[in-house]
Amino acid sequence: MSELRLENITVRFGSRRTGLTAVDAVDLTVPSGHVVGLVGESGSGKSTLARAAVGLTPLTGGQVLLNGQPVTQSRTARRGRRPLQMVFQDPYSSLDPRMTAGDSIAEAIPRGTLRGAAKRAETARLIELVGLPGGAIDAYPARLSGGQRQRVALARALAGQPDVIIADEITSALDVSTQGAVLNVVRGLQRQLRLSMLFISHNLAVVRYVADIVAVMYHGRIVECGQADEVLANPRHSYTRKLLSAIPEPGTTLDATTDLADLPDEDLDQE
Amino acid sequence: MRRMKRVLRTPLGISASVLLGVVLVLAVFAPVLWGDKASAIDTSAILQGPSSAHWLGTNNLGQDVFYRVLVATRLSVELALVATAIGVAAGLVLGAAPLVLGARLGRLVTAAVNIAVAFPALLLALFFAVIFGVGARGALLAIGFATAPTFARLTRTLVAGVAGLDYIAAARVAGVSRIRLLTRHVLPNIGETLVVNATIAAGSALLSFAGLSFLGLGVQAPAYDWGQLLSDGLDGIYIHPAAALAPGVAVVVAGLAFNLFGEALALGLGVPELAGGSVARAARAGRRAPAGAPLAAAAEENSNPLLGTDRADSVLVVRDLRVSFPGGVHPVRGVSFTVGRGEAVGVVGESGSGKSLTALAVARLLEDPAQVSAGRLALLGQDLTRDPGKRVRRQFLGTSLGMVFQDPMTSFNPVKRVGVQLAEVIREHKGVSRRDAAARAVERLHAVRIPAPHRRYRQFPHELSGGMRQRAMIGMAVMGSPALVIADEPTTALDVTVQRQVLRLLKSIQAADDVALLFISHDITVVGQVCDRVLVMYAGRIVENLPAADLRTHARHPYTRALLAAVPSMHTDRELPLAIVPGRPADPANLPAGCAFASRCPLADAKCASADPVLQADDAGREVACWHADRVPLAAVADTEVPVVISHE
Repeated sequence: MSELRLENITVRFGSRRTGLTAVDAVDLTVPSGHVVGLVGESGSGKSTLARAAVGLTPLTGGQVLLNGQPVTQSRTARRGRRPLQMVFQDPYSSLDPRMTAGDSIAEAIPRGTLRGAAKRAETARLIELVGLPGGAIDAYPARLSGGQRQRVALARALAGQPDVIIADEITSALDVSTQGAVLNVVRGLQRQLRLSMLFISHNLAVVRYVADIVAVMYHGRIVECGQADEVLANPRHSYTRKLLSAIPEPGTTLDATTDLADLPDEDLDQE
Repeated sequence: MRRMKRVLRTPLGISASVLLGVVLVLAVFAPVLWGDKASAIDTSAILQGPSSAHWLGTNNLGQDVFYRVLVATRLSVELALVATAIGVAAGLVLGAAPLVLGARLGRLVTAAVNIAVAFPALLLALFFAVIFGVGARGALLAIGFATAPTFARLTRTLVAGVAGLDYIAAARVAGVSRIRLLTRHVLPNIGETLVVNATIAAGSALLSFAGLSFLGLGVQAPAYDWGQLLSDGLDGIYIHPAAALAPGVAVVVAGLAFNLFGEALALGLGVPELAGGSVARAARAGRRAPAGAPLAAAAEENSNPLLGTDRADSVLVVRDLRVSFPGGVHPVRGVSFTVGRGEAVGVVGESGSGKSLTALAVARLLEDPAQVSAGRLALLGQDLTRDPGKRVRRQFLGTSLGMVFQDPMTSFNPVKRVGVQLAEVIREHKGVSRRDAAARAVERLHAVRIPAPHRRYRQFPHELSGGMRQRAMIGMAVMGSPALVIADEPTTALDVTVQRQVLRLLKSIQAADDVALLFISHDITVVGQVCDRVLVMYAGRIVENLPAADLRTHARHPYTRALLAAVPSMHTDRELPLAIVPGRPADPANLPAGCAFASRCPLADAKCASADPVLQADDAGREVACWHADRVPLAAVADTEVPVVISHE
């Protein structure tokens, strides 16, 4: 595994005058073998940053470096392997409904590396690695639950032998009961394979569980970044504090009489 | 494929297949069998009317019109099919080009296609016919290329629809080439629609050919197709109408055959929800099944006295509520509960547990094919199962019940102003004047803490942020001063910071106006924060009913405890795997004989597999449906580390 560095990444949509800057000069490093958690509200630019990093959205500025080299020129990329792999939010649209789980995974194995029985064996190994029963290899997505699909998507990302995996809100479409299973797989894989990973979520508790480093994104900028314990214990940016205080804490009740002073905040941003 | 077979057995399927079969058989065999007879010239019998020798008479060379119509089938159908093939092939290439060529070149192709689509197909066909010259080949190319733009547009739209999906993005990230992307991922997923449209296009091509030949631009003598026969026959239509009508009928029949078959294909291959093999099946089954009424009456007597006791201050009383779908699917199986005045009751469970259906059934929003029955379903003492007339019930529900849905974007009408939509509620149900309704709407918007309510009143839903839209939705729910607000996953689509605002707002409205709240969510932490009492649902039943304050300390059902443990909090131990609920949720179409949770339960034994537990209350009134509720070490539950099975599924 290797180090991913996003340098001065800017993504703009639309024309120069009326356009929208979704990601504004973001610097972010995912150290080798570490999980970086990226949190922020919807519209803060987290997903755009992820899509830009893997090349699904064109960059307006900046570069994506892998071990100090631009991703497009890295040694592995020239050999047909994609060093960055991504796992998507919605497990219902991220698998081709007409391909079996095994086929979807096998397709991501770099071309020319394995064929025939060896390819199938590798697929079976990956299926087992993400904790799915062996029979899942021949199952179509329609027969799999959301959590199982998300694990197939993880296996597919691993099949590409990536240097870094980007996981974009991979549990937010799942029930809490299955979310735990997927998080356990992510955590297990990370410890087993020393994966470098950019883990994006709007849920701080989830990010805290899997990430060593936490970055907070707000209006297209990284406003805070540091060791997870440090950031969560002593948040410096006001948005991080707001985010932390908003997490529903088990066993507490919301006080209806608390003044709703924080309500107009959001609205002022809108005006 | 099974669906296809079923469609082919319907009247539409049968008639379409038979018609198309006849046309195709004629196309293959007619020239072989009757080719000689059709071309035999008999100068002694020129331009005769129908007779026993010549059923449809003869033409100006004494040839038999009947046989000529039959023999012309081959050329007519052949030309139509080849022209369609040309059109589909050209359309596919043009339509799929943007995906393969990339954004810039693709835009050029798309623009060219869009311009071509702007011209009517017949105009294009005539234009091409002039370019390619008169004759069968010219007409073939003309009609083929005239079909191409529409097909290209259709392909482009379908490709764009599929290309936006995550699995295409995933394949791109995995380094799959563009050609393979097209052949492996895109084409298979749009194939059905294309096949259906190609069949229908073949029908129109047949018509267009007849038209061109009729105008003398198509098939030239001595070859003949239906269009040409029609043109020949038309000269003498007042003397021998049969000679003109017969080819006309042939064109109509063949065109109908292709189009009907296209329709049948669409039903068989199309998207299940739309074409609805299942819906059609459901409707049929629904007719057979008796209405839910008898069940309702029977259930009233033997309902558990502990459940939902009818208190004087009850806002909502639900007893033995059942929702079923045709085909033996029972997503809600006997749910009973009571919501007191000003009480906040939460319903929690996984997706598929029946919690949302329960809410919709209470609001009487479920329609066919869902069957709803209840021993008692009363809002403010009014029985909702009896039908006092649609108007009366709508008015009653419209004012006593407010509803908040998950997605605030789709629950507002995007083309109407927010305020107008709010005002509509009481104008419709209470007959309030426009001015008073508007004043009330502004007042309600203010009550849900929307700043500058006068301005927001005149705005459209898209001008509001997600959180504000959901607050406006809540404002709409409380327009008619309801006694009960049902909120179905109201914060699932929102960010945590906004979620907290919306939850607080719900709480404050509940407190201020003494409104009862039925709060549905999959997140037990949120439910615990907002509600006074929590109902845990599993496989269409309430498995536990307890005060929210007791969730951490007195939850006894293994499912409730697993749900509690599964949510990571800011204090979860990062060194341990998260607790999960192993296995998959029960399938409402295929429920086990015993406890539905048994297959996922760490405490399950033989009794659980054979007998279904019912809700039992303890001394404090907490209810649980579990044979082993007493086997839980209560002291341990109080700990943050809830003892539940930790498994990797």
